[in-house]
Amino acid sequence: MTSLYEEVTQVPDGVPTRRVTITVNGQKRTVDVEPRLLLAHLIRQGLKLTGTHTGCDTTNCGACTVLFDGRPIKSCTMLAVQADGHKVETVEGMGTASELHPIQEGFKEEHGLQCGFCTPGMMLAAKALLEKNPNPTEDEVRWALSGNLCRCTGYQNIVKAVLWAADKMRDQQA
Amino acid sequence: MYPSRFEYDAPKTLEEAIAILDRSGGEAKVLAGGQSLVPMLKLRFASPERIVDINGIPGLNHVRVDADGTLRIGALVRHEDMENSALLEKSYPTLAGAASLVADPIVRTRGTFVGSVCHADPQGDWAATMIALGGRIVAQGPNGRREIDMRSFVLGPFVTALAFNEIAVEAVIPGAKGTARGGYLKLERRVGDFATASVAVYLDMSGATVNRAGCALAGVGGRTIDANDAISVLNGKQLTDENIAAAAEAVADAADPRTDHRGSADYKRHIVKTFVTRILTGIARTEQKAA
Repeated sequence: MTSLYEEVTQVPDGVPTRRVTITVNGQKRTVDVEPRLLLAHLIRQGLKLTGTHTGCDTTNCGACTVLFDGRPIKSCTMLAVQADGHKVETVEGMGTASELHPIQEGFKEEHGLQCGFCTPGMMLAAKALLEKNPNPTEDEVRWALSGNLCRCTGYQNIVKAVLWAADKMRDQQA
Repeated sequence: MYPSRFEYDAPKTLEEAIAILDRSGGEAKVLAGGQSLVPMLKLRFASPERIVDINGIPGLNHVRVDADGTLRIGALVRHEDMENSALLEKSYPTLAGAASLVADPIVRTRGTFVGSVCHADPQGDWAATMIALGGRIVAQGPNGRREIDMRSFVLGPFVTALAFNEIAVEAVIPGAKGTARGGYLKLERRVGDFATASVAVYLDMSGATVNRAGCALAGVGGRTIDANDAISVLNGKQLTDENIAAAAEAVADAADPRTDHRGSADYKRHIVKTFVTRILTGIARTEQKAA
């Protein structure tokens, strides 16, 4: 088995790696990583799940947001080794091109994106919100997304998209 | 940048974690929430030889009150646990007030209360609440546990009284003699930015009388400002407009702000005064309604 970090930055001989098993989008993945590898880079370079974006790389922008045991985290600010034995969900786990998740549908319906860079992080933060609070107010949506930056939309349509999704998901539950 | 290379351990007990720290002779760092440490590693402000991840150690995620009213917060209690705690909401307004203002909602799912205090960032919200509340840190090392008063815990920016082989396992906050009142206000340009000014206020009250007032400030000095002495003008007194004004004035005098891109020193001092007045007036109104 080749080390993932080797693919990422060519680990020289003798640098210790650790074997970790992470459930990513419902699938168990076992990989060898160098302890300093960041989860965001394992997901992108190692697992080739490039829907998770790295924006600022300084814990500000939230583009790298994934769900870690169901809660949103900034994957640029967690070591990949820390995810050993845990569940990670990325945007690839939300829906498929033919069958969108209601949140993805909401972003489409309400034009919740322009360049799309922040969108995966926004959607996962929204998913975490709606799981805890299926009927949020506009204010609650804005607070829940306040750790995710968007430089295109001015947030208006993102908020509308999340409220649209909340409606749809409540309808599906009913 | 990328973190420099380090060895990684994820011990399952505190004893094991402390033994690793002890063997590492000061070259190891404890990883809890990692929301300050991982950015520091990436910037290479910190380049420890070893990371000791305590997230797998059981028994560190409690928020509970002892029979004598002492509040205990374990080392793995996340900011969002503080935010969602019904106990804090009901009985610890200073902590509840700060909880939703720490960093941003995503950072709050990982970052920890105790970790934030140990990071000893002069801008840190929790260190200010701990100083106002008269809190202590429980440190566990090879020779057992000791308690360190918050006023002597932070030695300077990013420096604490913890020894290299000690772990801060718990924060302890003494119970009020009467009823705990208080609040936390923070001015920031946007969510997640460093504070322009933050104010933590704590009042231990019996009826309309203040038994002890506590106060600390963040963002208005090179360290967390201990304003306990300044606000002690309220001790033994009632929250009249006159007393509130005197307290706000005294606390604003204790601030040590600098002019920067977030505002002038005068402006920041003015914010401190306004926030102290706002918190105290709010408490006075609640007291009047209850009476």
